[in-house]
Amino acid sequence: MPAVSKGDGMRGLAVFISDIRNCKSKEAEIKRINKELANIRSKFKGDKALDGYSKKKYVCKLLFIFLLGHDIDFGHMEAVNLLSSNKYTEKQIGYLFISVLVNSNSELIRLINNAIKNDLSSRNPTFMCLALHCIANVGSREMAEAFAGEIPRILVAGDTMDSVKQSAALCLLRLYKASPDLVLMGEWTSRVVHLLNDQHMGVVTAAISLITCLSSKNPDEFKTCVSLAVSRLSRIVSSASTDLQDYTYYFVPAPWLSCKLLRLLQCYPPPEDGAVKGRLVECLETILNKAQEPPKSKKVQHSNAKNAILFEAISLIIHYDSEPNLLVRACNQLGQFLQHRETNLRYLALESMCTLASSEFSHEAVKTHIETVINALKTERDVSVRQRAADLLYAMCDRSNAKQIVAEMLSYLETADYSIREEMVLKVAILAEKYAVDYSWYVDTILNLIRIAGDYVSEEVWYRVIQIVINRDDVQGYAAKTVFEALQAPACHENMVKVGGYILGEFGNLIAGDPRSSPLVQFNLLHSKFHLCSVPTRALLLSAYIKFINLFPETKATIQEVLRSDSQIRNSDVELQQRAVEYLKLSSIASTDVLATVLEEMPPFPERESSILAKLKKKKGPGAVSVELEDGKERGECVNFNPKPQRTSTPSPSADLLGLRSTAPASGATPSAGSLLVDVFSEAGPSATSAGVNDDGFLRFVCKNNGVLFENQLLQIGIKSEYRQNLGRMYLFYGNKTSVQFVSFNTTLNVQTKTVEPLVEGGAQVQQVINIECLTDFIDAPLLNIKFRYGGALQNISLKLPVTINKFFQPTEMAAADFFQRWKQLSQPQQEAQKIFKASHGMDTEVLKAKLLGLGTALLENVDPNPENYVCAGVIQTKAQQVGCLLRLEPNAQAQMYRLTLRSSKDTVSQRVCDLLAEQF
Amino acid sequence: MIKAILIFNNHGKPRLSKFYEHYSEDTEQQIIRETFHLVSKRDENVCNFLEGGMLIGGSENKLIYRHYATLYFVFCVDSSESELGILGLIQVFVETLDKCFENVCELDLIFHVDKVHNILAEMVMGGMVLETNMNEIITQVDAQNKMEKSEAGIAGAPARAVSAVKNMNLPEMPRNINIGDISIKVPNLPSFK
Repeated sequence: MPAVSKGDGMRGLAVFISDIRNCKSKEAEIKRINKELANIRSKFKGDKALDGYSKKKYVCKLLFIFLLGHDIDFGHMEAVNLLSSNKYTEKQIGYLFISVLVNSNSELIRLINNAIKNDLSSRNPTFMCLALHCIANVGSREMAEAFAGEIPRILVAGDTMDSVKQSAALCLLRLYKASPDLVLMGEWTSRVVHLLNDQHMGVVTAAISLITCLSSKNPDEFKTCVSLAVSRLSRIVSSASTDLQDYTYYFVPAPWLSCKLLRLLQCYPPPEDGAVKGRLVECLETILNKAQEPPKSKKVQHSNAKNAILFEAISLIIHYDSEPNLLVRACNQLGQFLQHRETNLRYLALESMCTLASSEFSHEAVKTHIETVINALKTERDVSVRQRAADLLYAMCDRSNAKQIVAEMLSYLETADYSIREEMVLKVAILAEKYAVDYSWYVDTILNLIRIAGDYVSEEVWYRVIQIVINRDDVQGYAAKTVFEALQAPACHENMVKVGGYILGEFGNLIAGDPRSSPLVQFNLLHSKFHLCSVPTRALLLSAYIKFINLFPETKATIQEVLRSDSQIRNSDVELQQRAVEYLKLSSIASTDVLATVLEEMPPFPERESSILAKLKKKKGPGAVSVELEDGKERGECVNFNPKPQRTSTPSPSADLLGLRSTAPASGATPSAGSLLVDVFSEAGPSATSAGVNDDGFLRFVCKNNGVLFENQLLQIGIKSEYRQNLGRMYLFYGNKTSVQFVSFNTTLNVQTKTVEPLVEGGAQVQQVINIECLTDFIDAPLLNIKFRYGGALQNISLKLPVTINKFFQPTEMAAADFFQRWKQLSQPQQEAQKIFKASHGMDTEVLKAKLLGLGTALLENVDPNPENYVCAGVIQTKAQQVGCLLRLEPNAQAQMYRLTLRSSKDTVSQRVCDLLAEQF
Repeated sequence: MIKAILIFNNHGKPRLSKFYEHYSEDTEQQIIRETFHLVSKRDENVCNFLEGGMLIGGSENKLIYRHYATLYFVFCVDSSESELGILGLIQVFVETLDKCFENVCELDLIFHVDKVHNILAEMVMGGMVLETNMNEIITQVDAQNKMEKSEAGIAGAPARAVSAVKNMNLPEMPRNINIGDISIKVPNLPSFK
């Protein structure tokens, strides 16, 4: 008999659903739904009490309407009432409605909690499961507060039914994820670990998810799970396919549980105990051996289940990265899968091999599959598989095969899917740079890249080629010749014109000897592209022209003619017009000496990590990060090359060739058009409001600049910072307190930063520098996100950087008369912020003084008539404006209270400084 | 962790959506649309995994899906889940539905949304796998049905009688409407002992 017999459902519901399905148009559907909503509303509001059956029917209708994408703003109360019914059907539909429709901050939570409490204590396993499901679905903080103590008890109690134990384990996991602070470790933790030995496989399956999560957060406390997991795994792996009865899935014993066990082991380093390790290695070997046995069934389910375990075993082998023998076997196994007829297996094999390629033991073994992978890139029908192939090629690339791989990737680019082109371009650019032995190959590659996929070549890529050409004089002549040739093409990409303009402007002289590329020919070639280009490129070309005047005096007349033409000198674009006017003037009045100094060849760029690499990391990084993770310094550096005589005018020919300064203000300052300094405080910027951010450290730094910002068992973060006027520099020191290295160490800030080294060795410290500019006054602090792997577990820490508005104070000394005069001038109500608060520390005079000085203001003596009071004055320096700020602190030692008054010319500043300072005493 | 479980038909009409993380109702609908868009344009016989859409977390997450006749079953999971494991789980889910509804078809999912939710709740809880043993799941669902029946026997009778009388005048019974949907054929039906 089927478990759900047809036709015994609710008639009214079925009729309604049929009506909806018969609607010919969206309008008709909406009309029918509104009619039904009105009907249900009136039924709910009516005087007649509804019986459980009708309530259930209406709630089901609401669920259906919700699924169609319509908002439901009533019915919650009725659903909550159903919870207290003692009929299973009604209770169940009530819980269903709540789990689908109630979000965690609903006001109804308290009522729901009450019902849940009753059901949990009912000792009826079905009701208990419903209640636990509801907690797991909503998972709000209030629920955690109410039940975080109770659920561990249910979980480990001896008399709890298996099905309830399963639900309790996952319910607890959910609460722990949502509010880890509320789930207190205790006596139950050790008993939870022993659930790995439970008779009931379902209990083990549920419990292992909980244990995996708990041990990734508290590895030491749960260390005992390793040996238990190994013995459980070994029992499963060595069991005959029928031993586990219902948990055997298509002849594979307990595939899900095996996968989860292997995942749990990935939270830990290889077991130290020799016996345990031996047993585990045996398991892994058995799993690898089974892959070679003939399948027990032809069904795809059988091979899926078997391979699910195999892939997890391989990830564990890669995670341990210590058994060369197993690594090579894993690699061979994946190699077989690369040619498998199942697309899924090819996909997963490519993916796993990517991680395998980074292990020193297996890198060479992976490389032997290069032809297969290239073939996959060319012939796979599925774009997801092709993308994995491209990833793998990137991962297996080294000096020996770089040329081949780059060539293959370039040729693939011509037909690549639009969705992955940009990433491909970045990868090609990085590989070309990283493994370039001869730089003419590098230049060729990048120019090819621009030719093939110009639209996808981001600014970083062409900036980078220019930096490299400038820094390496052995390639400059070749680069000039190659761009000159590339520009001959009738249609060439604008990025090509940019690179061409820049390089010929700097090094055109190196090929000018050849009559085919004489100065005038070069100029005419560039100028023939001019009218097809956008404003930033034209600006760059104008700069190239003025450089030409310096390089080739014989072109001066021609170029001056061009600059003088109305289309330049009267151009409607201010930037172009200004450049034309200034360059024309410069070329006509400056002596050749001055010209030669001003327009000197660009000095080499300082060596640093490629900005492209940072960009790729960002692309691959967490989706929601709003950071342009690129090397901000790089661009800043070139601004510093501003030749002195040009300081007064906006376009500065040499520095500006990269088109930075000109594009940034003109195009509304896109995030990528950054400068050396961090746009931390622009109002559009994301702010540090998200929950779960560590706040304690933050307030301690209002009155000091150095110290330890954050510390847990693994990591210590120290800060040193200095501020001058509206600028600041912050050094972050990340110290690894453990003896194990952190991998994939990555910090992101919702502003630009230099990236840090991805590896932090045990006991080592890495440093990161952040440059800060205060653009305008602000409230929210920038948010720092730190991610890294410790052991197998991903650690994620969010911190508010202690950058507060008072850091930009300049102390101002003034006499009493002055002070009071200014105090009076700032007498409008919104200019003043005041707080009266209780002292939370001692009221020691010296400590108070030190804190006020630490705030950044000047502490004015003999100003206030009452010597007990403190007055301070300072000016907050922002880029936009200066905000004068006066402060008065009146302690009342008897009442242990303070009154703090702030007056400034800007209301938001008064308020913010007042709020910050009030937390300090 | 499983972030979301979505079932929609070949035209993108949602038949079940279950999110294990909180999104606004609007975002949920957008996620369903985006997911449908991503999955439906893929050929048959390509692989069953792809990177998640932007709304549900981009490349951090994977969509693992299976297409049965008129319906797509899509699980959106993070990197802590085994892809093939989830693919198996989808199969268990569909086989369970098939046993509970006797040759399950799209209509069953439409008219018994609550049952489908119940069955799913026996398998996945808070985004984690609760039970993978199909017999165990079906036992639980059966037990629930028995309870339902016994309750309906006592209290539901009058209401059911009334609705039966009302239905006598209906020109057509709802079950006869829109039979267009073809039933889902579960490939490789369980060859369990």
